[in-house]
Amino acid sequence: MADILVVAEIVGGQVKKATFSAVTFAREASKALGGGFDILAIGQGAEKLAAELGQFGAKKVLVADDASLAGYVTERFAPIVAAAGKAYAVIAMTATTNGKDLAPRVAAKLGAGYAPDITGFKADGGLQYKRPMYAGNAFGWMKVNTPIQVVSVRQTDFTPAEPSGGASSVEKVAIVADPSASQVEFVAFETVKSERPDLTEAKVVIAGGRSIKEKFMDILSPLADTFGAAIGASRAACDAGYAATELQVGQTGKVVAPQLYIAVGISGAIQHLAGMKGSKVIVAVNKDPEAPIFQVADYGLVADLFTAIPELTSAVKAAKS
Amino acid sequence: MKILVPFKRVADPENANKVKVTGAKIETAGLEWKPNPFDEYAVEAALRLTENGTAPKARLGEVIVVTFGPPEADQTLRGALATGADKAIRVEATDDQLDGVIVARALAKIVEQVKPDLVMLGKQTVDSDSNQVGQYLAELLGWPQITFAATIKNEGNVALEVVRVGDGGMQRVKVKLPAVVTVEDRVVYSGGVQSAPTPASHKYADGVRFAPLPAIMQAKKKPLEVKKLADLGIDLTPAVQYVGYEPPPARKAGVKVKTVAELVDKLKNEAKVL
Repeated sequence: MADILVVAEIVGGQVKKATFSAVTFAREASKALGGGFDILAIGQGAEKLAAELGQFGAKKVLVADDASLAGYVTERFAPIVAAAGKAYAVIAMTATTNGKDLAPRVAAKLGAGYAPDITGFKADGGLQYKRPMYAGNAFGWMKVNTPIQVVSVRQTDFTPAEPSGGASSVEKVAIVADPSASQVEFVAFETVKSERPDLTEAKVVIAGGRSIKEKFMDILSPLADTFGAAIGASRAACDAGYAATELQVGQTGKVVAPQLYIAVGISGAIQHLAGMKGSKVIVAVNKDPEAPIFQVADYGLVADLFTAIPELTSAVKAAKS
Repeated sequence: MKILVPFKRVADPENANKVKVTGAKIETAGLEWKPNPFDEYAVEAALRLTENGTAPKARLGEVIVVTFGPPEADQTLRGALATGADKAIRVEATDDQLDGVIVARALAKIVEQVKPDLVMLGKQTVDSDSNQVGQYLAELLGWPQITFAATIKNEGNVALEVVRVGDGGMQRVKVKLPAVVTVEDRVVYSGGVQSAPTPASHKYADGVRFAPLPAIMQAKKKPLEVKKLADLGIDLTPAVQYVGYEPPPARKAGVKVKTVAELVDKLKNEAKVL
C-alpha cells in the first residue's frame, strides 16, 4: 500500500488555494496506488489550519508550526518535509514559485527523482507523469525510478479539491533546520497589495504587451475592472518596466488557464504562448494581422488597442448590465 | 570571488514550436544549438560580480563555465569565454547518459575540484523546463539555495543580498557564501547586479554583453579542460526516464472579428463568457 504526502502551502495564515490542486492529484493518484494520502501543513499558523485541511479526505494532517517558519526559507522547510516524507511513496506539492524551489531540494534529501510541473498522470504498473517541455510544444511521459518520488503539479491542470467532509487525525512533527539555514536571513517580503484576484486563480485574465507602454495600467485596468479580472503581462512589457515582474505570463513566468484570456498588444512569442494557451477562450487584439497570437486566438481583432480597448470596455459594461 | 556557472546548449528556443514530436522522441535536428538563455544571464551576472563595470577588461575575480556534452559543445563554451568568462570545463557526455540528478551529482564533484565561492545557474533550461538542477545541487553541497534571483548585491564578496521572485511579491534575503543562486532574466537589467568596485553611477546596458571579434579570437586561447563523466566517480543511474512523448493538444482554429461589437456579440452568445 503506497501513500502520498501533500505539502500544503501556507501564506499569511491561510492555506494557499494552489494547495488544493495538489490534493486533487493526491486523491486520484492514491486511488491508483491502492493507498491513501496525508497532508503536511507547514508554516507559522499551520496548527490553526489543521481542522480545515482535515476535511479533504486525508488520513492524517501533519503539522509543523513554528515562528522560525514565518517567512519561507528553503533550508528550514526542506528538512521538515523530507523527514515527514520518508514514510511515503510520493511527495506532492503544487508548482507555485515556492513549490518549485522546495520540491527538488526535498527530492535531493531523499535521493529521489523529481517530476516537475506535471499536467497529468496515468497508472501503468506504477505512476507515469505527463509534463510540458520545449515551452509546452512537447509533452513527456516520465517514470521516476527511485523508491520515493517527488512531484510538483501544475495548478491549472488539476481542479482545486473541494472539502469532502470527515475529520483527519492531527499529528505534530518535529521542527528541524539544515545547518545551512544559519547562512540565510529572511529580510522582507515586498508585495504590491492588489484588489484583483491572483493571476493563477482568476477566471478572467487581461494581459498586456510592451506596445501599451506607460499607459499599461490606464488601458487595462478599466477592462479588468468590468470582469473582476486579474492583469497579466508579456515578458517584454515586464522587461521594459511597464508591468511588475509578478504579472509575467509565460514559459518562465506564471502559467494560467482562465475561462477567458484577452491578450492586448501581445505579439504571441513562443514563450508567452507556453503560459496561456491552455486558456478556455482566447481573444487577441493587435494591430499586426500577422502576429502569431492570432494562431491561438479563438477571436482575433486587428485594431489599434488604444481605441479598441476603451471601446471594448464600454461594450462589455453594457453587455453585462 | 570565484563563480562556477553551468552552461547548457539547447535547441534554438526561438523555434521551440518546430520540434517534431513522435511517440518515441523529440526531434530537434535542423534547429541551431544556442546557449540556454538563463545560463547566459547567469554568466552576465557572474561577470558583473567579478569586475569594475567601467573597466571590464581587468578581471577582478574568476568565472568558470562548465557544460556537459560532445566535442561540438566546445563552441558553446567558447561563446561564454568570448563574453568574458575566464575558464571553461566540458564534461564529455551524451544526452542519454544524463538527467537532472546526474548533472547535479557531477556538478557537486566539479565544485569539490574547482572550489568556487558561488555557483550561479540559470533558473531553468528552456528545453526540459525542469527547474531543478540548482536546488538539487545545493542540497548535495549542503549549501543554501537562493532561486529566482532578480537583483543581486555583493556584500564584500562574503555575502549577497538578493531580491528573488516569490508568489505575489518579491522576497529580500541575505545569504552568506558559499551558496547556490539561480537567476531570472531581471538580473541582467541595468540595475540587476550591484558590486563594488563598480561605482553606483555606472549603468550597465540591459541584457547580456556583446562579444566583439577580438574577444572571440582571444577566447580560443582561454583554458578549456575536458573531463570524462566516468572519472567523476558518481552514481550514473538515472533517477527518471521518459517512456514516451506527445505533441500538445491542437486548438481549434479561431476567427477574426471586424469590430468590437462583433467581438462582444461572439463572447456573449457563442463563447458564453460574458
